[in-house]
Amino acid sequence: MDILFLLVPISVLIVFALMALFAWSLQTGQLDDLEREGQRILEDDAPKLDADQAPP
Amino acid sequence: MDIALPALPAQATPAPRGAALASAPATVYDDYATRLFSLAAVLWGVVGMLVGVVIAAQLAWPELNFGIAWLSYGRLRPLHTNAVIFAFGGCALMASSFYVVQRTSQVALFLPRLAAFVFWGWQVVIVAAAITLPLGYTQGKEYAELEWPIDILITVVWVAYAVVFFGTIGIRKVRHIYVANWFYGSFIIAVALLHIVNSASIPVGMWKSYSAYAGVQDAMVQWWYGHNAVGFLLTAGFLGMMYYFIPKQAERPIYSYRLSIVHFWALIFTYMWAGPHHLHYTALPDWAQSVGMVFSIVLLAPSWGGMINGVMTLSGAWHKLRDDPILKFLIVALSFYGMATFEGSMMSIKTVNALSHYTDWTIGHVHAGALGWVGLISMGTLYYMVPRMYGRTEMFSVPAINVHFWISTLGIVLYIAAMWMAGVMQGLMWRNVNPDGTLVYSFIEGVKATYPFYVIRLLGGLLYLGGMLLMAWNVVMTARAGKAPFVPKAMPGLLIPAAA
Repeated sequence: MDILFLLVPISVLIVFALMALFAWSLQTGQLDDLEREGQRILEDDAPKLDADQAPP
Repeated sequence: MDIALPALPAQATPAPRGAALASAPATVYDDYATRLFSLAAVLWGVVGMLVGVVIAAQLAWPELNFGIAWLSYGRLRPLHTNAVIFAFGGCALMASSFYVVQRTSQVALFLPRLAAFVFWGWQVVIVAAAITLPLGYTQGKEYAELEWPIDILITVVWVAYAVVFFGTIGIRKVRHIYVANWFYGSFIIAVALLHIVNSASIPVGMWKSYSAYAGVQDAMVQWWYGHNAVGFLLTAGFLGMMYYFIPKQAERPIYSYRLSIVHFWALIFTYMWAGPHHLHYTALPDWAQSVGMVFSIVLLAPSWGGMINGVMTLSGAWHKLRDDPILKFLIVALSFYGMATFEGSMMSIKTVNALSHYTDWTIGHVHAGALGWVGLISMGTLYYMVPRMYGRTEMFSVPAINVHFWISTLGIVLYIAAMWMAGVMQGLMWRNVNPDGTLVYSFIEGVKATYPFYVIRLLGGLLYLGGMLLMAWNVVMTARAGKAPFVPKAMPGLLIPAAA
């Protein structure tokens, strides 16, 4: 099962990458106002950008 | 039969520029690739399902290969799977991801010409597959049969796809990245990774190569790929569709946006480890099989969380399900998602797998997911997008959508019920032993007993194909009656809203 020496490290690297991505999403305010984000896609005819949602 | 008159084209005439500037300026989206991918998805859907019906008929009546090697089951079967997964499903995913990422980011596509390249490149891949597979060129790996030159083309097209998608997210005008884009993004990255690792091979000629791995190593890589292709292409990608088009069609926000985030992270953390359940009772070490089984059972939790989240979006507005055939497609797709994920988790348990493995139960399970979940959610999404690609709000014929829904659903039920019965019967016949240890039934007796179920399965497949043909007619009529909306050239600072 030498293949595990390839697949396990790949999987572990992926998990670390995902954790970093999740941390990024937490720290940059991606998850700050979740219910508002569910609403927003219904408004795309006249998009309303909140002050805190200015371009990144 | 009376066909509803075409709805008035709501956006066929462009608003004068002055008016567009005076009111809230709308972002100009680039839908060239979405429009073509939508049409291609319908075309390849018809082709892929037709090949499926042909091979279903061959299982009942093997003479139908007419003694021609190109039409033999072994060559047409990979053509069927590649056509429905990568041509129909792939085109639907690319169409919808380009549509969704622009609207949720409030910005036009990044590098629209590269998006056009993605479309035409992907079509070349599909045509190359349709030529080489019947000729017998194959790497022999399920869902990864295409030979190395096509694999390289897939890699190039996929990188272009990723650049367009993530580039559009990079230039977004809304800081929050909508949950559908997370699902689409994970699908794009995972498929790239899986494709590169699993397709690694050593070419020995233009159309012949050998896998870089051998024996059980190869099997493990293959099903690490195979199951994650199911997990990220056929599940995560289509969940991206679900999280955008169900709220849009229901005109309600997703039941719990918080749950959708939990769904996403839980799903992608667990999926990667479930592949070994495809190799129960093989040369794969026992502990690896058990790990695969445990993660497969854990997967049930995020899967059902997501299903409930989507269905509950209609909570308090269930009447919409009665009136709106597109919502019927989307919501029934989710119930098949729930069914197939429950069934999948159960089948990954070794004891159950001892009965189900290698029988037609597996085929029934796959098609509950493929016809029920992937097919219906794609069709609902295409019925939403196609009229909008032609300056309309509705398809040419809404009653035809309803008819399509009912015949497809009936077809799925016939298909999966026949395969369940055939599979359990086969499993029981194969394991039935006499007191002296010899088999009660020879293999051919099992095949004979399966015959009526193969015929019922063919009938289900014919109904499903019939629905797809009706859809193709509806799409052509919609495209002919409408026209692509007038898209002014984007003028930065003039039409695109300035930063708030």
